[in-house]
Amino acid sequence: MTMIFGVPLAVFMGQLLLGLINGAFYALLSLGLAVIFGLLKIVNFAHGAMYMLGAFAALLGMRYLGINYWAALLLAPLVVGLFGMLLERIMLRRIAHLDHLYGLLLTFGLALIFEGTLVNFFGVSGARYPTPEALQGGFQTGFMFLPTYRAWVLVAAIVVCFFTWYMIERTRLGAYLRAGTENPALMQAFGVNVPLLITLTYGFGVALAAFAGVLAAPLYPVSPTMGSNLLIVVFAVVVIGGMGSILGAVLTGLGMGLIEGLTKVYYPEAANTVIFLVMILVLLTRPAGLFGKEA
Amino acid sequence: MSATQTLTPSMKRQRRADMRRNVFYLVLIGIGLVAPFVAYPVFLMKVLCFALFACAFNLLLGYAGLLSFGHAAFLATGGYITGYLLASYPALTPELGIIAGTLAAVALGAVFGALSIRRQGIYFAMVTLALAQLVFFVYVQSPFTGGEDGLHGVPRGDLFGVISLRNNLAMYYFVFAIFLFGFAVIQRAVHSPYGQVLKAIRENEPRAISLGYNVDAYKLVAFILSAGLAGLAGSTKTVVFQLASLTDAHWHMSGEVILMTLLGGVGTLFGPVVGAGIVVSLQHLLAQSPLGNWVGPILGVIFVICVLSFRSGIVGEILKSYSKNFK
Amino acid sequence: MNQPAESLMEYQDRDGAEMLRVRDLHAFYGESHILHGVDFDVKRGELVTLLGRNGAGRSTTLKAIMNMVGRRTGSIMINGTETLGMPAHRIPRLGIGYCPEERGIFASLDVEENLLLPPTVRSGGMSIDEIYEMFPNLYERRRSQGTRLSGGEQQMLAMARILRTGARLLLLDEITEGLAPVIVQALGQVLVKLKERGMTIVLVEQNFRFAAPLADRHFVMDHGLIVEEISAAELPSKREHLHTLLGV
Repeated sequence: MTMIFGVPLAVFMGQLLLGLINGAFYALLSLGLAVIFGLLKIVNFAHGAMYMLGAFAALLGMRYLGINYWAALLLAPLVVGLFGMLLERIMLRRIAHLDHLYGLLLTFGLALIFEGTLVNFFGVSGARYPTPEALQGGFQTGFMFLPTYRAWVLVAAIVVCFFTWYMIERTRLGAYLRAGTENPALMQAFGVNVPLLITLTYGFGVALAAFAGVLAAPLYPVSPTMGSNLLIVVFAVVVIGGMGSILGAVLTGLGMGLIEGLTKVYYPEAANTVIFLVMILVLLTRPAGLFGKEA
Repeated sequence: MSATQTLTPSMKRQRRADMRRNVFYLVLIGIGLVAPFVAYPVFLMKVLCFALFACAFNLLLGYAGLLSFGHAAFLATGGYITGYLLASYPALTPELGIIAGTLAAVALGAVFGALSIRRQGIYFAMVTLALAQLVFFVYVQSPFTGGEDGLHGVPRGDLFGVISLRNNLAMYYFVFAIFLFGFAVIQRAVHSPYGQVLKAIRENEPRAISLGYNVDAYKLVAFILSAGLAGLAGSTKTVVFQLASLTDAHWHMSGEVILMTLLGGVGTLFGPVVGAGIVVSLQHLLAQSPLGNWVGPILGVIFVICVLSFRSGIVGEILKSYSKNFK
Repeated sequence: MNQPAESLMEYQDRDGAEMLRVRDLHAFYGESHILHGVDFDVKRGELVTLLGRNGAGRSTTLKAIMNMVGRRTGSIMINGTETLGMPAHRIPRLGIGYCPEERGIFASLDVEENLLLPPTVRSGGMSIDEIYEMFPNLYERRRSQGTRLSGGEQQMLAMARILRTGARLLLLDEITEGLAPVIVQALGQVLVKLKERGMTIVLVEQNFRFAAPLADRHFVMDHGLIVEEISAAELPSKREHLHTLLGV
């Protein structure tokens, strides 16, 4: 049996895979946060709640409307995205001209409302969401057992991240977004409906979070608090990666997941905190973040 | 400078304002002294502890312009260190235990501050949040905190070795004295030359830098002061309730203190006290009503309303209408 | 795509009607009252300048027309449409191109993306081939990052951008600032060509020698008001007077 620093290869690879899966979630969520922050300059504290709402949309959709997993993958982000656009339009827009810390506080308040309300209806313990049939089971690679669903999560996350990257870097709409991030006033002077762009961007960002939520539903218990602790880790990931680039957000997310996985193998007590420790290290050496643009 | 006998009109106005303010403080102190005969001392002590916590937080936000989302770490550190020392060493008197807890919070504040002070605005908030979460996880796993169960059996002890704090009334006056001390420290700091520089930094940092001020040092001092006073609040609270728990370290607590300050009025001396009073009372009332489980969402709604249309907070709005109607 | 005859026809609409009419325009940045009742008009096909010392309110006037300042009162009519109450992003759709003082080239886009970015507001805009013909060095650098260009090239890009949109009223803010004389000359030639095509142009310009031969009329601003109007014909006789006003 091959050993890596005293740990069986199968265990090692297994944890690494789990870490990579976590990393996929970190990547998806920090991507959404980065997109929203770029244009709106708001740290969306409600992001974790949106992720949770995505999972709940899938759960309740299945329970009451018979919507299956595959439909939920499309519908949940759509519904949550529309909800996000509504929030942006009636609330965030009203404080857009103020210090951006108010955006952080407002979304924090919203997160409290969403999570607290759902706790009252569903309690804190999670509900089970079944793995879709087509993705059940797994297959034996040479050195470990790879569950199909987890492989799917990784693939789906990477595809969506790539699709997002493509849209932002290679399309006209993405050019509007990038330019709007730099100089929204000038974009308006060119005739681009920047307020609409902002609303759509927020909707898209939270739709990404909701998508991650649906992906997460068969993996983790669907509970109202599933988003909030995850969010803080994602904040640390974003600080590490720097808020500037899309690619940076994705790579950092995946990377941190891997580091977390590695830590779990050799030093499990520190697994919860290793990302924060990395953050401290990055703060001391590269304050703008690994891919960050401004100091 | 003009002759000492004549006072300019603005000096006279300032004197009158100072006298009004001093009378105001005396009245409040008077109220504080008789309060435990009108309301439950334990409830009042809770309000005072959180009021101090909020005032400490407001020093950083309202006067230094820095939003920390990790102040729970200081509250909890003060509480756990004090709790652990008092529970483990029965010979230790409560005031020494509280001092120890406060010093621990000061040390943590120095560390956090050194790491975060160079960042601004949003980044600063996120860094403090992440650092506080790190501390939270450390406390979850440390045996001395008792983890999820919390640290119990913290004795009230005898103040200075003579006055028994088991009596709620005696405990109350001790807490009140601590609160007055903390409040006085903040008040003096704000109105001192240091406070003036801090205000300048908050209003126009580049200008302050160009004037030669070591801006980072000033901000760091504010941070450490704020952390220490928050720790003092936590230490005191632990002695009052004889318990320290993870709730104090959770980031919801950081959010709560922001709400208290925002609701009461950021950048006003008295705002956080009002905000703390309202939030604690609200939690108390709701807990006993059928709405008990809705405390979270209700606080969230208040938060949202405050940010959308009530940014000056209660005291801020009062001050605004006062200056509009009486100037 | 290229219908030169038709587009020429459309551009040379010189019936002298009012393209831009500003009446009693007050503008504020927050509490600061910057424009104190600006009155002027620009006929279709004219090229006018806004002259004055720094701080007179020339750039602010252009920004106020584009609804890029704070509160405004008064009237701004563009081609017969009142625009004071319009949201900022609808104003360019009336056929206006704005070239800001800072040029506003986007760093996260390359030259061609910068060029193609502003949406078309009117038919008859220059095609991208025509633009590359007029500005060949932009073609050479079309894949470079926008902000890697020299100052002169960035200015060319800023102008080329709005020419592609089909805008017929151009608001140009200090386009010669900081540029070498050779480039300034080239820009002058561009403006002449645009005027020939029937564009209406409002030029905010410090460099009077650049603006003088191009303009039909000059407006002098001081403290947020138009204090003097000088036509091209009057210019020779009023030169001294103008220099006094400008503090030259």
